[in-house]
Amino acid sequence: MAEVLVLVDHVDGEVKKVTTELLTAARRLGEPAAVWIGEGADTGSAKLAEYGAEKVYVAPAEFNDYVVAPAAELLAKLAGDASAAAVLVSATPENKEVAGRTAVKLGSGVLTDAVDVSAEGVTEHSIFGGGTITHAKVTSGVPVIAVRPNSVPAEESPAAGAREEVSLELSDAAKGAKVTDRVVQEKGARPELTEAAIVVSGGRGVGSDDFSVVESLADSLGAAVGASRAAVDSGWYPNQFQVGQTGKTVSPNLYVALGISGAIQHRAGMQTSKNIVAVNKDPEAPIFELADFGVIGDLHKVAPQLTEEISKRK
Amino acid sequence: MNIVVLVKQVPDTATERKLTSDDKTLDRAASDGVINELDEYAIEEGLLLKEKHGGEVTILTMGPEQATDSIRKALSMGADKAVHVSDEALHGSDALQSAYALSRALGRIEFDLVVLGSESTDARTGVMGAALAEYLGVPQLTLADKVDVDGQAIKVQRLTDYGYDVVEAELPAVVSVVEKINEPRYPSFKLIMQAKKKPVEKLTIADAEIDAARVGLANATTETVDVAPAPPRAAGTIVKDEGEGGVKIAEFLAEKKFV
Ligand SMILES: Cc1cc2nc3c(=O)[nH]c(=O)nc-3n(C[C@H](O)[C@H](O)[C@H](O)COP(=O)(O)OP(=O)(O)OC[C@H]3O[C@@H](n4cnc5c(N)ncnc54)[C@H](O)[C@@H]3O)c2cc1C
Ligand SMILES: Nc1ncnc2c1ncn2[C@@H]1O[C@H](COP(=O)(O)O)[C@@H](O)[C@H]1O
Repeated sequence: MAEVLVLVDHVDGEVKKVTTELLTAARRLGEPAAVWIGEGADTGSAKLAEYGAEKVYVAPAEFNDYVVAPAAELLAKLAGDASAAAVLVSATPENKEVAGRTAVKLGSGVLTDAVDVSAEGVTEHSIFGGGTITHAKVTSGVPVIAVRPNSVPAEESPAAGAREEVSLELSDAAKGAKVTDRVVQEKGARPELTEAAIVVSGGRGVGSDDFSVVESLADSLGAAVGASRAAVDSGWYPNQFQVGQTGKTVSPNLYVALGISGAIQHRAGMQTSKNIVAVNKDPEAPIFELADFGVIGDLHKVAPQLTEEISKRK
Repeated sequence: MNIVVLVKQVPDTATERKLTSDDKTLDRAASDGVINELDEYAIEEGLLLKEKHGGEVTILTMGPEQATDSIRKALSMGADKAVHVSDEALHGSDALQSAYALSRALGRIEFDLVVLGSESTDARTGVMGAALAEYLGVPQLTLADKVDVDGQAIKVQRLTDYGYDVVEAELPAVVSVVEKINEPRYPSFKLIMQAKKKPVEKLTIADAEIDAARVGLANATTETVDVAPAPPRAAGTIVKDEGEGGVKIAEFLAEKKFV
């Protein structure tokens, strides 16, 4: 069976959930081979093997010193050497760029933001802010596909996870854009936004930079916190928590929108959530068109009551 | 500094958007065309860089005849001139084919910096900046929310999952911008009048030396197999808060096994 390359997302050796989802999807297409860039493969490989990686290719941390191009060079080389059946990455902004460059190198087609992948390599997409569903396939070269987190439920399937170091001399072109500093902005103990099973987001309706009403509810549910652009632009919540077209795309099992009107650009980032709950004082707010359960009311009354009720039921 | 800003015309997000039933490409007749919102930030950044460092801002658009409207709008924001690649043969080109075609057009323009939006509101592939950098063989400084140029050196803040990276390179380079970077200006009446006289160069694929076998629907590297409206979400339960709103949500969540 041909190899299916899966680019691993990890933070200091800890494999992200989306990678286990990609490994699961990869098994439909062939034999999963994980591609690890940077330190930490020693600790992370076990998890990759658990979810079906027959091989774990490991590339040096130096590859992370430059923007996107080294990962693409690596994936293109491995895909060529192994005559891979497909290359899968997570549909984060960075990895979509990796997918694009890899496909150019391979002379293949690229599909981004897939919400499902079939054994035939047909992908499903939710486009135009969720209003339209399309299916697509790559018709030339090795398919390169970026899959959204939370799209394919991860299933374990133990495999060998044999480690293989990759030696690859990066081209000068790949070293054109150098990362000279990494700035990590505050990150609480909460789950990561794109990975979380539950997301609680606050919008302009929160009314101030005191986001505790949103955070308390999120913490009672073990959820990640998100924000609308209006809340981010007002300086109430950091930028990397913005949900929407130009923020993060989330697809959790439960999305709770507090004081968010539901503008099309916001919906584009959360419309594929499985369950949607909204609290808004305006009965005409478009978010109610999406909501499975909605409360017309003041979030500063409803959310604290909900938080308390959840704590009671624990 | 010669700055080229890539501008794409897209259907207005506020209108109903569709794919055509015959060839499953964007139905441009179904909605009004506007400048891709993120490209307005790219234009603004181009103009700001020009104001600081001198030079010229050229708008580059690939798209059908109607895209002229968006080009005029971009010129009325203050860009100096435009190049419009327009050819029937380009219809239905996918993201990478478009990147290839734009890279050919860029080969005819002398540039220090290519500025583009980080994604378009219709296709949302977000691959253009990366694919262009690959085709052009120049550094990729994408997803920028801050850009500084100093002589031949360029430095950007690149948004990441955890915050941002500082990225440095030498010009020429490709930069894509996110909407946090600036506040796009409104065209003044004077600029709108001037824009009517600014030069717009039209290029066919032959003019731009774009290989016809590498663009267009028939040669696309991806195929849309089918298109359907998303199944309507079952109408939800909407209640008015009469002091029990929070409890009611908790009951809903319990029913769905979230608590
Ligand atoms: C290029 C571009 C990109 C964009 N990208 C994004 C994006 O990524 N993400 C995004 O979110 N937006 C994005 N937007 C902005 C988007 O169009 C909206 O402006 C934004 O989503 C509005 O945020 P909001 O719902 O919080 O604010 P508003 O639209 O102002 O809504 C606030 C809501 O809160 C309700 N409310 C007020 N007080 C209370 C209270 N006490 N209790 C309950 N409800 C209350 C109001 O009834 C109202 O419905 C983008 C726009 C553009 C042009
Ligand atoms: N046909 C086009 N003409 C000019 N610029 C384009 C075109 N398509 C995409 N772009 C640019 O590429 C960016 C990203 O688009 P996309 O990769 O389609 O999401 C846009 O914001 C534009 O700046």
